[in-house]
Order: sequence, then C-alpha cells, then structure tokens
Amino acid sequence: MKRKLETSELIFKIVSYTLLTMFAICCLYPFLYAVSSSISGRKAVEYSEVVLFPKDIQFEAFGKMFSNNMFWNAYSNTLYITLFGTIWALGYSILGAYALSKKRLLFRKTFNFFLVFTMWFSAGIVPQYLNYLNTKAVFNKVGIMDDKWLVIIAMGMAAMNVILLRNAFEGVPSEIEEAAIVDGATEFQVLSKVYIPMSKSTIATVALFFGISRWNGYFWARQMISNSNEHPLMVYIRLMLEEYTDPEVMSGWNEAFASDSVIYALIVCSIVPILVIYPFIQKYFAKGVNVGGVKE
Amino acid sequence: MKAKASDYLIYDESTGTYREDPEQMVRDDVEKHYWLHVGRTIVKDWRLYVMLLPMLLVFLFWRYFPMYELLGCFKVSDEVLPVSQQLFSGFSYFKRLLVGGDSLSAEFWRALRNTFLLSFYGLCFGFPVPIILALFFNEIKSNVARSVYQVLTYLPKFMSTVVMTSLVTMLVKQGAITSNCGVISQLLAKLGFITNEVANSGLLNNPGFFRGIYQLSGIWEEAGYGSIVYFAAIIAISPTSYEAAQIDGAGKMAQMRFVVLPCILSTIVIMLITRIGSLLSIGYEKVLLLYNPNTYVTADVVSTFAQRYGLEGAAKGLATAAEMMNNIIGMLLVIGANTIARKASDVSLY
Repeated sequence: MKRKLETSELIFKIVSYTLLTMFAICCLYPFLYAVSSSISGRKAVEYSEVVLFPKDIQFEAFGKMFSNNMFWNAYSNTLYITLFGTIWALGYSILGAYALSKKRLLFRKTFNFFLVFTMWFSAGIVPQYLNYLNTKAVFNKVGIMDDKWLVIIAMGMAAMNVILLRNAFEGVPSEIEEAAIVDGATEFQVLSKVYIPMSKSTIATVALFFGISRWNGYFWARQMISNSNEHPLMVYIRLMLEEYTDPEVMSGWNEAFASDSVIYALIVCSIVPILVIYPFIQKYFAKGVNVGGVKE
Repeated sequence: MKAKASDYLIYDESTGTYREDPEQMVRDDVEKHYWLHVGRTIVKDWRLYVMLLPMLLVFLFWRYFPMYELLGCFKVSDEVLPVSQQLFSGFSYFKRLLVGGDSLSAEFWRALRNTFLLSFYGLCFGFPVPIILALFFNEIKSNVARSVYQVLTYLPKFMSTVVMTSLVTMLVKQGAITSNCGVISQLLAKLGFITNEVANSGLLNNPGFFRGIYQLSGIWEEAGYGSIVYFAAIIAISPTSYEAAQIDGAGKMAQMRFVVLPCILSTIVIMLITRIGSLLSIGYEKVLLLYNPNTYVTADVVSTFAQRYGLEGAAKGLATAAEMMNNIIGMLLVIGANTIARKASDVSLY
C-alpha cells in the first residue's frame, strides 16, 4: 500500500512544482521570444506586438542573414577554430596529464605547482595583450599570417582540465599498465591502448569543455584578429548588435522586416547547433561537475 | 643534507659491535651524484618528459611570459619601448591609483568597490538558488519529468556570453521609435515596478539597474547547471535516513532540517569557500559586453578599468598596476579559501 502523503509533504511538493515550472519558463522564455521575433513582421516587432507567438510571419530576416557572405565566413571560422583548437588543446593536455599522473616523474610536484599557479594568478589583460602582440609578430615572421592560428595555438589552455585528466589517469589500475608493458607496449602505446580507452568519459567531458570555450570565445578573438574575414561568429554577432542597436545607423532602415529581427535571427542561428548536439553531450556535462571534486 | 658520522654505523647486537650501514652508503652515493641520478632517470623515462614538454611550453609562453610584462607597472614610459628598456619608476603608478586624490584614483577605488560588490551580491543572491533548485528537483520522483526540468534549466549555460548579453540587451533595450522598448522592460512597466520613461530610456543605460540585471542574468545562466553538484549530494542520501526520521514523526521541514541539510552541508561549505575565494576574480567579458559610459558608476570593475585605460587608452603601466593589485588580493583569497577548505573537509580544491 502506498503511504499517504502528509500535509507538509504535499505542500512542499506543490510549492516545488510551481516554482520549478516558473523557473523553467523563465529560462526558456527569452529563447522562444527570440525565435518569434526573428520571424515576425516589421510592424509587429517595432510596435511590440510580439509577446510569445510570432505575428505576420516572414522569413526574410533569415534570408538577409543567409545571403550575407560575412555570416557564412564567421560561421566557418568558428567551426574551424573550435575543431582545431579542441584537437590541439586536448592533445597536449592528454600527453601532459599522462606524464603528470606518473609517480616516477621527477619534479612532479613542481610541475603540478607550475600548472596550478596559473589558476591562482593571472598577469591581467594588458600584459596578456602585449604578450599576444609579441606572439603575433613571431607567428608572422615564421609565416603564419592567419590570425585564427594565433587564437587556436596561443589561447584556451586550462589548468583545471589538465587536472581532471590527470586524476582520471591516476585512477587507472597500475596492474593493467604493467601487463601491457610485459607484453612489450611502449610508453605511447600504454597511453593510447590502455589509458585513453579507460578514461573515455573524462576525456569526452574535457573535450566538451574545450570545445564550448572555443565556440564561445570572444574577447581575445576580437582583440587579436585584425582581418574581419577571419572573425569568428561571436565577434560577428557582437559587431552586428553594436551596428543594429545604433539609432543613427538604423534610421534609414527600409526593409519589410524590423532590424531587430536580424539580430534575433542571428542569435537563433548561433544557438541551433548547440541545441542539436545538446541531447548527446548533456550527460557528459553533468558528469564533468561531479569529477570536479578534485583530490590531491 | 650532510650525513652525521653516526648515520654510517649500525649497532650489531649478536656481536656487540658497530658495523657500517651499507644503505647509508648508497644514500650518500645518491646524494653525491644527485644530478647524475636525475640525468639517468630522465634519460630512462625520456618519453614522459617529451610528452610533458608541449604542455609546459604552452603554459610558459602564454601564461608565464605575460608575467614578465608586469614589470611595466614599475617602469615610467607607457609607449613604444619594450619593457626592458624603460626607466624604473618605482611605485608611482600604485601611489597614483591608491592615494592620488584625483578623479583617476577615485575611479580606481570605485572599480575595486564594484568588483567586490558584484561578487558579493552574487554570493548573497546567486549562491542559494542552485541549492533550492536541487531540493526541488529531489521532490520530483518521475525521472522523465525531472529530466525535462533539468534540461530546460541547464540550457542557458550553453549559450556564450556574447549571445546571452545580446539577448539581455535586446530584452531591455531602449525604445527608439515609439514604445518599442524591450519586452522585459515593458513587463516591468506594466506591473508598475518602473515608469514608462525609465523603460523607454533603456534599463542598461540606467546605473540603478545594472547590478540587478547582472545578477538576474547570472542566475538565469548558472543556477540550473550549478544545481547538479547539490543534486548529486542529495540523491546520495540513503532512503532509510528519511524513513527513520518519518518514524520519529518528522514532517517535511524537519526532514529538510535534520536529514538533507546535514548531508549536503559539506558540499555547500566547499562551494561557499570557493565562491569566497573568487570574490575578486570576476569575469570581465560579461561586464564589458553589458556596460556603457552611462553605467560606469555601478558597472565598472577593475578588469574593465584596466581594459579601458590599457587597451583602448595608452596608460598601459597604470592599467597593469591596477589589475595586478586586484589579482594579488584575489590570489591571496583563493589560497586562503583553499587552506580553509583543506582543513575543514580533507578535500583540497586544487
């Protein structure tokens, strides 16, 4: 027989459901509003008749955006930076974390401190900026003219991610490694055949962290990428927002849709890819937080 | 460390005499040839060090080399010359910022205060929300329903800062043509919280609203995701604990007070300490994207102060000095918080 709920439990349950539903609606509403506004007619958007559902549906705002080459450029730049940036950062982080996870590594504590210190203290914006300028000069000298590669190689390292990987590698039983060595595996084979397969989920989590920070990267990309053809999506969105919310620039707007719709369309387009892969990566995202409780 | 003479001798009970300790000879040998030993080990494990090298170089080049540029805040010229060739100026920039007595110094103190206040309000209002959410999630027994709620509330975390701030900007934007200000401003005006004039002038142009917008958008973005760690702690509580409490006649509030709270207290303490540790390391990107000259009074933080003077202006040494002070205090807070966490719970955060 099911136990009858006590009054206090019932009240608590009702309160939880109500507040949760309200919070969930608040989380979702801005997105729904953005979608509706991006496909509503000019009058409806400009006179604030859109509240939740679209009105006088048009798709020209999307059409205008899609017909702009800069948009596709920005999109492909972001994909490029995300892909290669993640591979590069994940690559050296896995190799480094593997080495750090080995007790026989000399000066292990020193190397660990070297990493952790960067989480405690950062030189700040101006020194970093000067350093990136120097890096850019060096890159240009050796023939890397594309600023995207500066963003890919010189940015996005995260000591926390290395520590997550190191902890996962430390959790792999040493007997398996010994067995592999007896079978004649080299150091690199031990890593690729034993350690990586055995910590797949942590690696996926860390790859996700790297990927998301690359996809979202804005400030340094805007500072360091001088050619506007190489701007990633986030910089492009921000520049568009600055242009389209300037009343003076927008006074001559004479399209059949509101200028705001273009911004909303842009926002929708930047969220869609994340929504598509969201169901697949969600479990790793939750997991990442739980492995975040780091042990020494 | 120099070995004492007695370290070499072991008393042998069977013969009643002293003999030499062979292990100490080895230890001594190792010490004498320490660097030889280091060299041999490195040669033997050279693959490990090769694997470590790229990561060390990346961190060295782009995390430690910038620290060399910190010298700029002790040097006099702000332009052209590389740091090494500039003249030494002592602590003049620090003095200027801390006790300058002019508007610049006042602006720096304002930025420091804003940095602290933005974090502190985040601690007061943003910190409890994920805990409450986790308690609510725990009330939903159906897995499907709970997943739906969780997915919906995690969603904003996936947006980039740029997209999030763009959305916020649009939702509270100023009315340019008629009464077409942002939908949230309109809602607030209709409910009577703000007047139509304020709504039409754009909430982000009004310094009185910046902190509220900053905190609310922060909760919107972080709360759902932040609840994961508390929820994990709550579902780890054994059902028998609840049953025992029920048998003792505990109602729901009593169960919360005496079962759930003690079980998640260590998690809460750790998260709280981390939060306190990062009181001064506020993400500058969000502030930079949301603020404008109208709201400097409440919005300007030390990083954006440094960005404005150092990157947009030419006062690089001054900006470096400002941020360095902020970051050093921030580092001390983090180390302090970590030490307390280690003592309090045997869990070190780093």
